[in-house]
Amino acid sequence: MSEAPVLEARGVTRDFDVSRPWLQRMLAREDKRTLRAVDDISFSIEKGTTLSLVGESGCGKSTVARLAVGLYAPSRGDIRFEGQPLSAARAQATLRRRMNMIFQDPYASLNPRWRVRDIVAEPIRAFSLLSSQKDIADRVAQLLTQVGLAGADGEKYPHEFSGGQRQRISIARALSSEPDFLVCDEPTSALDVSVQAQILNLMRDLQQRLGLTYLFISHNLAVVRHMSDRLGVMYLGRIVELGEGETLFRRARHPYMKLLLEAIPDLDMVGRGRTPVGGEVPSPIAPPLGCTFHPRCPLANDRCRTERPAQTKVDGVEVACHAVEEGRV
Amino acid sequence: MALLEVDRLTVEFPTRRGVLRAIDDVSFDIAEGEVLGVVGESGAGKSLTGAAIIGLLEPPGRVAGGEIRLEGARIDNLSPERMRAIRGKRIGAIFQDPLTTLNPLYSIGRQLVETMQTHLPLSDRDARERAIKWLEEVGIPAARQRIDAYPHEFSGGMRQRVVIALALCAEPRLVIADEPTTALDVSIQAQIIALLKRITREHGTSVMLVTHDMGVIAETADRVAVMYAGRIAEIGPVRDVVKHPAHPYSEGLMGSIPSLEHRVERLRQIDGAMPRLTAIPAGCAFNPRCEKVMDRCRIDRPGLMDAGATRAACWLVGGAAS
Repeated sequence: MSEAPVLEARGVTRDFDVSRPWLQRMLAREDKRTLRAVDDISFSIEKGTTLSLVGESGCGKSTVARLAVGLYAPSRGDIRFEGQPLSAARAQATLRRRMNMIFQDPYASLNPRWRVRDIVAEPIRAFSLLSSQKDIADRVAQLLTQVGLAGADGEKYPHEFSGGQRQRISIARALSSEPDFLVCDEPTSALDVSVQAQILNLMRDLQQRLGLTYLFISHNLAVVRHMSDRLGVMYLGRIVELGEGETLFRRARHPYMKLLLEAIPDLDMVGRGRTPVGGEVPSPIAPPLGCTFHPRCPLANDRCRTERPAQTKVDGVEVACHAVEEGRV
Repeated sequence: MALLEVDRLTVEFPTRRGVLRAIDDVSFDIAEGEVLGVVGESGAGKSLTGAAIIGLLEPPGRVAGGEIRLEGARIDNLSPERMRAIRGKRIGAIFQDPLTTLNPLYSIGRQLVETMQTHLPLSDRDARERAIKWLEEVGIPAARQRIDAYPHEFSGGMRQRVVIALALCAEPRLVIADEPTTALDVSIQAQIIALLKRITREHGTSVMLVTHDMGVIAETADRVAVMYAGRIAEIGPVRDVVKHPAHPYSEGLMGSIPSLEHRVERLRQIDGAMPRLTAIPAGCAFNPRCEKVMDRCRIDRPGLMDAGATRAACWLVGGAAS
């Protein structure tokens, strides 16, 4: 048997209580309301590879990112880091330092009153990886060079940098605890395209050089195609299609993935029209019965409206769709 | 004659440390019924160009030079009152966030009726009937029942549909759409773009579509202007700018966009970032990032020159060859 996957999620569900305050609820005689942000999802990420999760706003992808590093605990189900339960792994500093996170907004995620060298050195100090001031300074300079900044930039404050450079600082900070596993939540969504290309190239270089494992969260399918080995497509808290990235792009099976691919404008689209699909994502507080995608799905029938589709494996791709399972596509 | 002519437009912001030139000598025109895309990264001046045209520059920003002409008549030197009569009536505007356009305290019907009655001689009843028609045209289901609903009762995509109705209800000749789909999810974005395309074609409205999303431009616009550091780097038919860009910046921009159709090992990257307005280099603004930079690029600023099917502001296509 090969070694355990870096991260493995089995049947993970996360609920949030979105009820009104107790007194108002009593006065209005309302029940408690929960929002199921993530609903019974399973996936695993092998060492040195990238799993991407893609979906529209509110599909639960950022909740998965937080679950994966233990910022949220799952309401049900089980997440394992290298075979150990995540909660146990988080309790040990030696394992905790091996996972880190890169956030979307490089303006909000860096403390504006700290010098860059202190921002980057914080994980080193927190995990006591190095003790002497000189070693820490050398390591920070090395990290800054690694992400394409100058060692002397450590003396500056975050406001002296552009968005792309700030995201490089975030990456240097994430790398400073020498992690193997990085969760990247929309790391380039706030950046312009030419800078986005720089950051994506840098992330792939670092992955090859340091053997990193990525969980990459994005709403941008083109970026995801560029970055992923495997890809999961999320809709209303569920993974509707999961498989090898290129397979999904070449031959998408789930109607939602097809819709997404159809909907995205691309440079090769000059002069070509698209067939937009109607409808909008329903509220996750009151999701539709059966397959949650059925109100927008061109293939929906009575079974789709009542029975929730299970994930079935078709040619190595896991698809949750009655139409695919029955061969109606 | 073109519907809109922008001729050597310059927009400046006086600051304590001197005058910042945010738009520098920009010229283009938009023909009847044409969709002109304006693309560029943040800070390139694309939204400011739109704001200058509709007379909504935030002070202390001001038009410091050049002319803007609508159907041959200057509109850049009009009084605020006369400009207000043109906004809505002859130039409509659609912004990124529908909530900044819609008044949360008025029903959408009231906002449509008020806009139409400001610009068109319509009775209350006619205006209301027309408002319902517009809501139907932009695809609001059960328009007759929903006309008295308030903006917060609609989803983001539906609100943007209302904004499109609001921008077009006084039947302007030109619509300036500034990042109209950026705040929306991709599947909704496709619906809004298709709607905007259909409705402006049916009414023969010209569109200036400002966006950072080259994909949206590629499928919507007839021509595209690529802006960089307050200047136009290249302008021409969409197909040519996308497939055979002449300016090294447009070339790098197209190459840095990951494609859905095929996967590449490495994205083409343009090193560095766009200069700040306080530190625009001499000569061509792109020269510090350009792989093909020549001595002349650091001294002389290139104007737009013929480059086959497009026009590009680059010495490679003009001066160097001759």
